[in-house]
Amino acid sequence: MSENATILDPIDRKLIEATQAGLPIAHRPYAEIARRVELTEADVIARLEQLIRCGVVRRIAAAPNHYALGMMANGMTVWDIADEFVSEIGRDVGALPFVTHCYRRPRALPAWPYNLFAMVHGTSRAEVEVKRAEISRLVNSVCRGSDILYSKRILKKTGLRLSQNGG
Amino acid sequence: MMLQSKPNPPIALDELDRKIINRLQDAFPLVPNPFARVALQIGCTEQDLIDRVTRLRDQGVFTRFGPFLDAAAIGGDFCLCAMSVPTERFDEVAEFVNGHPEVAHNYERAHAFNMWFVLATETEQEIGATANAIEQETGLSVARFPKLEEYFIGFRVAA
Repeated sequence: MSENATILDPIDRKLIEATQAGLPIAHRPYAEIARRVELTEADVIARLEQLIRCGVVRRIAAAPNHYALGMMANGMTVWDIADEFVSEIGRDVGALPFVTHCYRRPRALPAWPYNLFAMVHGTSRAEVEVKRAEISRLVNSVCRGSDILYSKRILKKTGLRLSQNGG
Repeated sequence: MMLQSKPNPPIALDELDRKIINRLQDAFPLVPNPFARVALQIGCTEQDLIDRVTRLRDQGVFTRFGPFLDAAAIGGDFCLCAMSVPTERFDEVAEFVNGHPEVAHNYERAHAFNMWFVLATETEQEIGATANAIEQETGLSVARFPKLEEYFIGFRVAA
């Protein structure tokens, strides 16, 4: 169990399980969830607000499929940044409007020298390369090497699910 | 489990679809009638918004619509993993990997590390256990790239 982990009470767990397949697309979505978990609509809203406040739920939102939006190219750009600069550079790269995720991760030497990962999407590889060049200019002074891994196929995409018997 | 052999073609979207997609990527209102609230913000009727969101979901423009969990906040964990899979074994190995419910998503990428997947579990221990199980099943090693820091700004993709 990680630090600062929140223990979900059984009702929160039930509520999360009831919404994991998606929120009902209806006039009163929280009322529909409430019926399924035997709470009131106001309780569902209050509990979801609390789950957002404590960080268990990051947001209630739609996740777009990049391919359906014509973003056919997706490149995971990876950079070997000197450790003493990686946090500062990472914040700069993460702030670029076209970078959707940016993380520092461990290297796996010798095969994998890269410690900064930034995901870039575009309508074509050419567009992704322009964006990659922009990152390159930003990190250039402290970067010892880089690569880009284009996606070829989505093999699976589901997201985090709570297991039915966990907890 | 069937592998998706190629990405879906882009869906034709009009201006209102794009507004909806951009608006729904964050902060869906926690009020009794959230669609009415959003409809007011983007200038359409509630029923029109409900119909379009339903269609966008059915067309696969939205992969999910609902609460997104932070696994770490409930004591769980995420870990990016990579494998170098020989081409002739690729689909077979993908079936093994995808068969684990802990695998949240999995991409084929053009690199010596050609399979990249994310493990999302309720406990840190399950990350190691799942990665070890995949190594045993496939006889291939699983490189693990847990996040050390996140430089998080936003999720938005302009439609």
